[in-house]
Amino acid sequence: MSTDSTTTVDRTEAAGPKGRVPAPRRGRGRVPLSEGKRAERKLGWLLCAPAALVMLAVTAYPILYSVWLSLQRFDLKFPDQREFVGLSNYVTVLSNGYWWTAFGVTMLITVVTVAVELVLGMGLAIVMHRTIIGRGLVRTSALIPYGIVTVVAAFSWRYAWTPGTGYLATLFGEGAPLTERASALAIIMLAEIWKTTPFMALLLMAGLALVPEDLLKAASMDGASAWQRFTKVMLPVMKPAILVALLFRTLDAFRVFDNIFVLTAGANQTSSVSMLAYNNLIRGLNLGIGSTMSVLIFIAVAIIAFVFVKLFGTAAPGSTDEGGRR
Amino acid sequence: MADIVLDKVSKSFPDGTVAVRDVDLEIADGEFVILVGPSGCGKSTTLNMIAGLEDITGGELRIAGERVNDKAPRDRDIAMVFQSYALYPNMTVRENMAFPLRLAKLDKETIEQKVSEAAKVLELTALLDRKPANLSGGQRQRVAMGRAIVRSPKAFLMDEPLSNLDAKLRVQMRTVVSRLQKKLGTTTVYVTHDQTEAMTLGDRVVIMRGGAVQQVGPPQELYDNPANLFVAGFIGSPSMNFLHAAVEDGKLRTAVGDVPLGDRIRRELTAEDAPRELILGIRPEHFEDASLIDDETRARGTEFEAPVEIVESMGSDKYVYLTVEGERASAAELEELAADVGTEDLTGSGSSLVTRLSAESTVAEGESRRIWFNLEKIHLFDPSNGRNLTLHEGRAAGALAS
Repeated sequence: MSTDSTTTVDRTEAAGPKGRVPAPRRGRGRVPLSEGKRAERKLGWLLCAPAALVMLAVTAYPILYSVWLSLQRFDLKFPDQREFVGLSNYVTVLSNGYWWTAFGVTMLITVVTVAVELVLGMGLAIVMHRTIIGRGLVRTSALIPYGIVTVVAAFSWRYAWTPGTGYLATLFGEGAPLTERASALAIIMLAEIWKTTPFMALLLMAGLALVPEDLLKAASMDGASAWQRFTKVMLPVMKPAILVALLFRTLDAFRVFDNIFVLTAGANQTSSVSMLAYNNLIRGLNLGIGSTMSVLIFIAVAIIAFVFVKLFGTAAPGSTDEGGRR
Repeated sequence: MADIVLDKVSKSFPDGTVAVRDVDLEIADGEFVILVGPSGCGKSTTLNMIAGLEDITGGELRIAGERVNDKAPRDRDIAMVFQSYALYPNMTVRENMAFPLRLAKLDKETIEQKVSEAAKVLELTALLDRKPANLSGGQRQRVAMGRAIVRSPKAFLMDEPLSNLDAKLRVQMRTVVSRLQKKLGTTTVYVTHDQTEAMTLGDRVVIMRGGAVQQVGPPQELYDNPANLFVAGFIGSPSMNFLHAAVEDGKLRTAVGDVPLGDRIRRELTAEDAPRELILGIRPEHFEDASLIDDETRARGTEFEAPVEIVESMGSDKYVYLTVEGERASAAELEELAADVGTEDLTGSGSSLVTRLSAESTVAEGESRRIWFNLEKIHLFDPSNGRNLTLHEGRAAGALAS
């Protein structure tokens, strides 16, 4: 590949169709690529290759392998009975009550935690955005829960709710809240919300920075109250940032695992789909059924991502303008 | 519609910095007033205080006779146009303009009617259903004005509304603003850093520097009778020439020759504490090619000879840059003005004079030329405080006044 030819071609193209630079003119349209252009493309592919290979090795292969496993009867307790069964594992899982209970629990946790986190996160973001005195302190302290390892935080919640010794358990009187379904779910959600609201706030704060100060001033001149400024001016302008925050949190929340693992271990029908998949795959050693569940979780997450990306698509064009331009 | 009165209005911040100091200003009902000054002079802060977007820390602000210091912006019934236009990106032009009316809970028909009226005035009718992102700068600017006028507020506040437009459009929009203000007759306060805008638009101009008002008056009056060095240097393009002048035997020794002084100035200069050095200010148009003037005119001024550096022919007249020897004029005001325009533009800090001569002049670059200037039009400033010494009862009287 010759460097010279590449630079020449670049220059002709930069000059546009009028070709103000006196260089040999190439044909317009999609006629065969010039040598330099082809070399450039090849270089592009080569530069991408390492990253692409790593991606294939660490994501594509496990995904495809679990899809392959999900199509087999494969229980490590009965390794001799391994055989290809097509979609029958899917039929088993999707017609099973435990799966749907876990699915319901997961959806409940996802919807409730994300909704509460959005509201609290927005409030926290506004506080962090507006504080002038001790800004660093406020931001740091708000982010502490997010900095604690989930399992550690989950254990502290568990001890807090342990009857007899936990301060929260004593505060709320007799009984063992982690052993009853409703209260256990509530505690799981509380732990989730406590842990990830700062993350939500962080993402929303980036969105708040997108709202030009003049826009809020203009709204107050136009007669908007603080609430009207928030709903009619800030929220619409922040929409892309809100969607990003929701996407990240929804995907995360749908895969909820650590808090449940530590707090209840899935007892009393508090399993999420991840918990159920783990129990089947690792504890039950049923690679076929476990993989099927993993693939189903993967599909659900893909659907969530797809829906959000669709939403971005319509949100992006209207809001890309004023934001940054002054 | 209403009058606006600023009574010793001040703004200071907790850390002690004073942004605006004791501004006294009475804006009559329907008047178009321009606040102008270099950046950081407090003009925008003053406007924001009138709007209610900044707290007033001292003095009183009255709109239509009513004290509004502690009223929220929404309760003051004034509209504002921002430099960034501040259009709501998620709303169409129609919704943007209807926004203040919707907040005021007007019924749909009235809103529709008012919006379409305003759109017609500003020629926005065809754009009503577009989003701000799909408008040009000039169109956005008009929408911002539309949003201000639909409410028929007591007053308009405009914060550098034309600064984001390109030069040609700015001139065009200037006439739009001017015409609109005359048509509506609404009290308007307009902030700009551009002295041309200030001169062309306003009924009265308020020149500010360092948070304090320097001079208030109609544009022509400020141009003819600047109260101090700062006003003299700020108003006018190209700006006034400033030369160092030493007082000697009742005369001024300057780089353009000796300047005789009239009795009145001489009397002022004999005082104990009178300055021994002055700054002489001459506007470019008060120079003329000495070969082109008649004897009667010649008697009113004096002549000097200087090498011609550059000739810029404008067609109607010629801008001629002359090199002069001698000490540079120096004063705090001149340095501030130079910093504001970017130094090289201001003749006071260089040793070159800008003159505007008749187109008939045969002046050529490189030659040495006799140039006449009008002694009745020169200004003399005290470098220590910038005061215009030639000003007598508010009128500039020149150097020869007796």
